[in-house]
Amino acid sequence: MAYEIIVVGTSWGGLAALRELIAGLPAGFAVPLVVVQHRHRQSDHLLTSLLQDRTALCVCEVEDKAPIAPGNIYVAPADYHLLVESGYFSLSTDDPVRFSRPSIDVTFQSAADTYGPRAVGVVLTGANADGATGLKRIFDRGGLAFVQLPATAESPTMPAAALACVPTAQALTLAEISAALGALGALGAPADVATESMKPTMAARPPECP
Amino acid sequence: MALPLRPGRSLNGPPLSYDAELERIEIELLLEGVYRHYGFDFRSYAYASIRRRLWKRIEAEQLSSISELQALVLHDTSAMERLLLDLSVSVTAMFRDPGFYQVFRNEVVPLLRTYPFIRVWHAGCSTGEEVYSTAIVLEEEGLLDRTRVYATDINDAVLQQARAGIFPLNRMQEYTENYIRAGGTRSFSEYYTAKYDGALFSPTLTRNVVFSQHNLVTDRSFAEFNVIFCRNVLIYFDRDLQNRVHALFYDSLAMFGVLALGSKESLRFSQYEPCYEKLDPREKLYRKIK
Repeated sequence: MAYEIIVVGTSWGGLAALRELIAGLPAGFAVPLVVVQHRHRQSDHLLTSLLQDRTALCVCEVEDKAPIAPGNIYVAPADYHLLVESGYFSLSTDDPVRFSRPSIDVTFQSAADTYGPRAVGVVLTGANADGATGLKRIFDRGGLAFVQLPATAESPTMPAAALACVPTAQALTLAEISAALGALGALGAPADVATESMKPTMAARPPECP
Repeated sequence: MALPLRPGRSLNGPPLSYDAELERIEIELLLEGVYRHYGFDFRSYAYASIRRRLWKRIEAEQLSSISELQALVLHDTSAMERLLLDLSVSVTAMFRDPGFYQVFRNEVVPLLRTYPFIRVWHAGCSTGEEVYSTAIVLEEEGLLDRTRVYATDINDAVLQQARAGIFPLNRMQEYTENYIRAGGTRSFSEYYTAKYDGALFSPTLTRNVVFSQHNLVTDRSFAEFNVIFCRNVLIYFDRDLQNRVHALFYDSLAMFGVLALGSKESLRFSQYEPCYEKLDPREKLYRKIK
């Protein structure tokens, strides 16, 4: 299976966790990685630059209709929901979901609906239950589900809620998740013929955006 | 006669798993039906967000599929009105992105001062938060009297709300903070009267505003403007439709007119980018230069 998108959701304690997760990714990491971090509606580009400090991959805040390209780390902008289309992003200012905009569930559900079994969901530290139903959607569509081992999370509520929703998700430490994603990323680029034929029938994807 | 089934399909029982391709067929059929029966064209809306909004409506109507929603809205006008609200309302706030209004005041207002008469268009004004925010800035800068504002939306119900000028009282604290950060020069509470749970904004703010129905997807340009506001409306459109609307805006702007987009929108993916210059490195204010 070639994975085409990784979505990571986190809230309280997320900055430190994300910095550790991203620092562990290899330089040639080839799967687009999308970060949804709860934050204040008027927060600026600080998150993006603090993540950029830790990786050679390109970290950028998403603008509407930006193409999804491998080797990039995309950050959901404050005060918008981030939706995953086939090959690009759309933003939305629809009402907050359970007090959150961006909502992790919204991004995860759209990633699951659009990329099906080629999506990977990761739920990290946080003090609420956002991301749980989204992770379940990814898992139900045949994608991969990772959860930060609650005992190792700064705030265990969010990973615990995700595990309650998806009991068979892989519960790992940040270092282990990072290594697992790194391995996926190395496989991610060229799918060989055998794995290609094992893919379930999905809508044909439009050509990659410029 | 046997139907030619696609691989993996069976006529015995429901599909075992989610079928993204079938869902797309259902959504396209529903949008086509709505367009042909009611004339509202959502066929070029961004797929992931329209899918999300359709499913929200399906759950609210206690249905279980897109096709059921299609049957309901085609036969029940009131259900269509509810769906229209879901699909067409953009949620916003007064002085959303205070930094934007600060740059508007500092960079755009001086340009507008040079005109004897100013025409402003709020395209997709929804419930009017931005119309009132901008009117407050123009009033404080002494420009409102020589400005004519056209505030348009596809949806008549939200226009009525915008015209009434009543906003939820429980948002006023947030709006006041935004107003101060946006460089407001007075006390925000001067602009409204609190009554029950609503804040009624002063009708003098809309003395030069015309609220009117206009469909960005199907209607043409109707005047030449010095400023066009269209913030966080195009995010709901696909790239093709965005380009068509950018053509409409380009045709509707006077030379050196200003186009104001949402803070995470960009002309970067539009063919009209070379026709504009940026007025600010950060905020999405563009000036037509050719």
